Amino acid sequence: MNDNEMKTVKKEFMWVDGRRVELNGERNVLEVVRQAGVDLPTFCYHSELSVYGACRMCVVEDERGQILASCQTPPKDGLKVKTSTPKLQKHRKMILELLLSSHCRDCTTCPKNGKCLLQELAIRFSITGIRFNGESFKRHDLPIDNSSFSIVRNPNKCILCGDCVRMCAEVQNVGAIDFKGRGSGMMVSTAFGDPIIATDCVHCGQCAAVCPTGAITVKCDCPAVWKDLYDGDKQVIAQVAPAVRVAFGEEFGLVSGENVMGKIVAGLRMLGFDRVYDTSLGADLTVMEESAEFLERLRSKENLPLFTSCCPAWICFMEKRYPELKDLVSSCKSPMQMLGAVIKEHAKRHDVGDSKTIINVAIMPCTAKKFEAVREEFYRDGIADIDHVITTQELVKMFREAGIVFADLEPEAPDMPFGIHSGAGVIFGVTGGVSEAVIRRVAEDKSMEAILDIAYTGIRGLEGAKEAEVTVGDEKLKIAVVNGLKNIDEIIKKILAGEVHYDFIEAMACPGGCVGGGGQPFGLKPVKKSRSDGLYRADKLSQIRQSEENPLLAGLYKGVLRGRAKELLHVHY
Amino acid sequence: MERNVKKFTSRADLQEARYNFVSTLNRQKKKVLICAETGCVAGGSLEIYDKLKSLCRERGIDCAVELGRELEKKDRPVEIMGKESIGIKKSGCHGFCEMGPLIRIEPAGWLFLKVKLEDCQEILETSIVGDRPVERLLFRQGGATYPTRKEIPFYQKQIGLVRAQSGESDAESIEEYIAGGGYAALEKALFEFSPERICREICEAGLRGRGGGGFPTGRKWDQVRLQDEPVRYVVCNGDEGDPGAFMDRSIMEGDPHRLLEGMIVAGVATGAREGFIYVRAEYPLAIRRLNNALRQAEKYGLLGEHILGTDFPFTIHINQGAGAFVCGEGSALTASIEGNRGMPRVKPPRTVEQGLFGKPTVLNNVETFANVPVIINMTAAEYRKIGTVDSPGTKIFSLTGNVRHTGLIEVPMGTTLREIVFDIGGGIKNDRAFKAVQIGGPSGGCLTGEHLDLPLDFESLKKVGAIIGSGGLVVMDEDTCMVDVARFFMKFTQNESCGKCVPCREGTRAMLGILERIVEGRGEPKDIDLLLELEDTISATSLCGLGKTAGSPVVSTIKYFRDEYNAHVQEKRCPAGTCEALKTIYIDAPLCRGCARCSRVCPVGAISGEVKQTFIIDVTKCIKCKACLATCKFGAIKEG
Repeated sequence: MNDNEMKTVKKEFMWVDGRRVELNGERNVLEVVRQAGVDLPTFCYHSELSVYGACRMCVVEDERGQILASCQTPPKDGLKVKTSTPKLQKHRKMILELLLSSHCRDCTTCPKNGKCLLQELAIRFSITGIRFNGESFKRHDLPIDNSSFSIVRNPNKCILCGDCVRMCAEVQNVGAIDFKGRGSGMMVSTAFGDPIIATDCVHCGQCAAVCPTGAITVKCDCPAVWKDLYDGDKQVIAQVAPAVRVAFGEEFGLVSGENVMGKIVAGLRMLGFDRVYDTSLGADLTVMEESAEFLERLRSKENLPLFTSCCPAWICFMEKRYPELKDLVSSCKSPMQMLGAVIKEHAKRHDVGDSKTIINVAIMPCTAKKFEAVREEFYRDGIADIDHVITTQELVKMFREAGIVFADLEPEAPDMPFGIHSGAGVIFGVTGGVSEAVIRRVAEDKSMEAILDIAYTGIRGLEGAKEAEVTVGDEKLKIAVVNGLKNIDEIIKKILAGEVHYDFIEAMACPGGCVGGGGQPFGLKPVKKSRSDGLYRADKLSQIRQSEENPLLAGLYKGVLRGRAKELLHVHY
Repeated sequence: MERNVKKFTSRADLQEARYNFVSTLNRQKKKVLICAETGCVAGGSLEIYDKLKSLCRERGIDCAVELGRELEKKDRPVEIMGKESIGIKKSGCHGFCEMGPLIRIEPAGWLFLKVKLEDCQEILETSIVGDRPVERLLFRQGGATYPTRKEIPFYQKQIGLVRAQSGESDAESIEEYIAGGGYAALEKALFEFSPERICREICEAGLRGRGGGGFPTGRKWDQVRLQDEPVRYVVCNGDEGDPGAFMDRSIMEGDPHRLLEGMIVAGVATGAREGFIYVRAEYPLAIRRLNNALRQAEKYGLLGEHILGTDFPFTIHINQGAGAFVCGEGSALTASIEGNRGMPRVKPPRTVEQGLFGKPTVLNNVETFANVPVIINMTAAEYRKIGTVDSPGTKIFSLTGNVRHTGLIEVPMGTTLREIVFDIGGGIKNDRAFKAVQIGGPSGGCLTGEHLDLPLDFESLKKVGAIIGSGGLVVMDEDTCMVDVARFFMKFTQNESCGKCVPCREGTRAMLGILERIVEGRGEPKDIDLLLELEDTISATSLCGLGKTAGSPVVSTIKYFRDEYNAHVQEKRCPAGTCEALKTIYIDAPLCRGCARCSRVCPVGAISGEVKQTFIIDVTKCIKCKACLATCKFGAIKEG
């Protein structure tokens, strides 16, 4: 564009409540209004999903007094809208009253109590009474679907905003749930009303993450953890996944991305955990094993591309959709399972638990990990390697219940011998992290400059699908970093059609990787960005950047893993 | 019967065939038109057809002339054409559905009503072989007999424009359609008009969508024509779902080629190469006739590649709706054709920009497409002479309810309600008083005595809070409770709401709940305002037309019959006496003999009185068990 053209570009404006707002490519009036600093209420608009236009809460009024749903109205130069008028107030209140009238209103005992958007808006709009009560308005009590290890579906709490349906179909390409029925008999259902466990559900929990009410919630495993913590015959060991530390603080008013691992460790000890370890060490083990596997496959030219195996939702998706790809997936267990197996084996060997039963509790950003932990592949001699998985949000609840004042906690270090990790291990929590860690391992040039350069090959960033090229020896390796199952699905289709070739594919089910996991506090892209920045900062601050330099690994390979690495660290699905 | 025929590869082919068909038809000395549409078929008209045919054969009367075969043997047409014959046809709807099964005999024009199998012999002898009508099957009213159709008052204010061929020819014969001037509009569209000219013609005719919206059809076509995207579609909405409406069904069953011709012309005008007809699965006969018509048109090369030898290809597919009323909404309909759940989506983009499969789409209803050949054939200027300035043309209505003569009627736009209800419909059944007409189905409103002289057209109806809708007219007499009517339509809408947007899904549920409690006698005075308040939000904020108009029947009944609502909620009384829960049991004093049987059986002691004097019922104690009603020997105890 030359200078002349620059001058002729006309800026476009809209007026929101009398204030001029410049248009910058917003997709709809709702985005413009939010740009203008007005928090328009909505249940069904998600910038990362398609526009559904069902809740009608985001209505605005134009100059002619017409009511427009701002989410479906394209911005136009000169358009004047008001966001708060007597009409709009009346309609919004009526919509809320109607929604509440058919909603199961046992809020005080609802798992979403205090975090429910319907509750929040009812407070915001001062809904103090409901006029549609009694026999004529009654809805049937619908059964709760408790079949999944990861999520609980309570249709009585559903407001039919469709966020879960679109998340499952549009972002994850799974489509385990959809609408059925008409009129007030409409509901979100699985095909044929089967229990969710019997469907294509991959346990990613993204439906629960976007659900504004208590209709889909993450299954709560806190009671079982409390029980074991209070059991004197058990030694309860915690491991904390990388992505947890950069999101946990958000729930206590800290900025997203702040690494609060030290505080989490301190809090876990207050809760009564006997040992606190870092899953990043498990990640270091994964890097070692997966790199070796990768180099071996490159050498033999067999089973390429290698798909990573850390993400249990992706594994589940692969098993259900592309079972023929099983051999391409790395045989490595996930870091959580590796560490879980090693902890139990180490305890057995050294009897560190004074003969107490070892209970492994994993604190994860992920709901699918709950499912992974109960898979039969991860039981040895009838004993699970991981006994309980709780999500970031569940741990927040436990901290609150215990009355821990998070802000006042003094950071503490994790316990040995599983308390030291490399920077490569900690970036597992963000999309691209596994690839970067593996590249660091397989790269021949181990100078700091070379390690830093990897960050600029294109594997960092939250885009759904990225590509990078790395030279190892005289071979140029093609790497794909993909997050979101839809993106993964598309790349697999291309691979199967022979349109593309890759040597290594990092697959993470949740958009953004584990920082955007279904068990994390809900956050949009900017939040995920802050969290991933937090993990890259943690990497930068590590004295050890490469997994193979983690001093604990040598001990492990000489100790518990000697001759048993395959048994303890690998799995065949 | 499948026959091999030669495809038309030029305009001349078609015109020559038309000439041949007409010549053959002219040989038919008499035409026996047996209505073969759903209503009359249910009354046994197909059995009557078979019977008449076999009777004719027994008598040695030639009634097996098939026009298609003549074409093949056109090298020796004269000798065949020399023979006279009788045409016995399964015709389209005659309109006077209440009196079905109907048989008309042309050229005399006699219309026989409520024909039974037993009547066939007499019809054959008297009217087919003989030349007299069967007197006892003719229409009678007030002592007078009306032998021919055109004399019957039901037909007198009607004109046949779109339905001109309906009831005149065999509904399953493309040859008869062609003989009646069919596919002449397609000829014009292909050989005389440019696409732009077709759109202009439709624009100038002022044709507005007959499905309810009333959007100018020509403008819609033009918008699709001008899209950049080369792939476009023509979609016909045959998902007629309003309770009591069957206009579109009658066209699809009785004159399917008119619809096909309209769609092909739309294809020429907009550059579409594929069309879809979305028919509700509840119309099996329409689907059968349409499939038959498609096969015939393909056989003659009026569908497929190189239509009439031109470069224009067009194919039509039939999709069956699975029974959702909301699939009559454009975006829900296209979603359903695509194989998705039939739910309206947000707009923009509009259907003309991104409709079916995301491509520019012309979406019109059956009656609209059926108007197209009429306009092309008669020219826009002539078409405009019918109807009103803002709403040219005719409208087909289905006239149902408490009117004496129900059926399907076609009248010029702007015909008054009085003409329809009293002249055509013959007034109210059983000499009751006229109360109201529900127009536009569950999205419409009611018209009352004060609107009897209102011309029925798009603009006039809009002014009084009603819509022409797809053309359902339900006439109601004084014994109809308007609150119950509103409840009926609300129940319909609530059941048929797709459930997507909150105001429609939850709002109609709340309105239905309130209406139910009112008719059940549990209403409160503030309920009426609550209904209006709900409607205000539902109409202002709903996503699609179904929601936006869901409350219309309630608003218009409150507007014109607020007294009835008040009686329900304040006095717990139903003035029309139809709301079961509000009925009271009372003793008709002159009939009561004072026997006291009733007071003895009353379980709650609500009946008191002196023996041999009139007893009375205390309504505050009465539980309406009706034990007294059953026990009274004199019929003195009544409910109402």
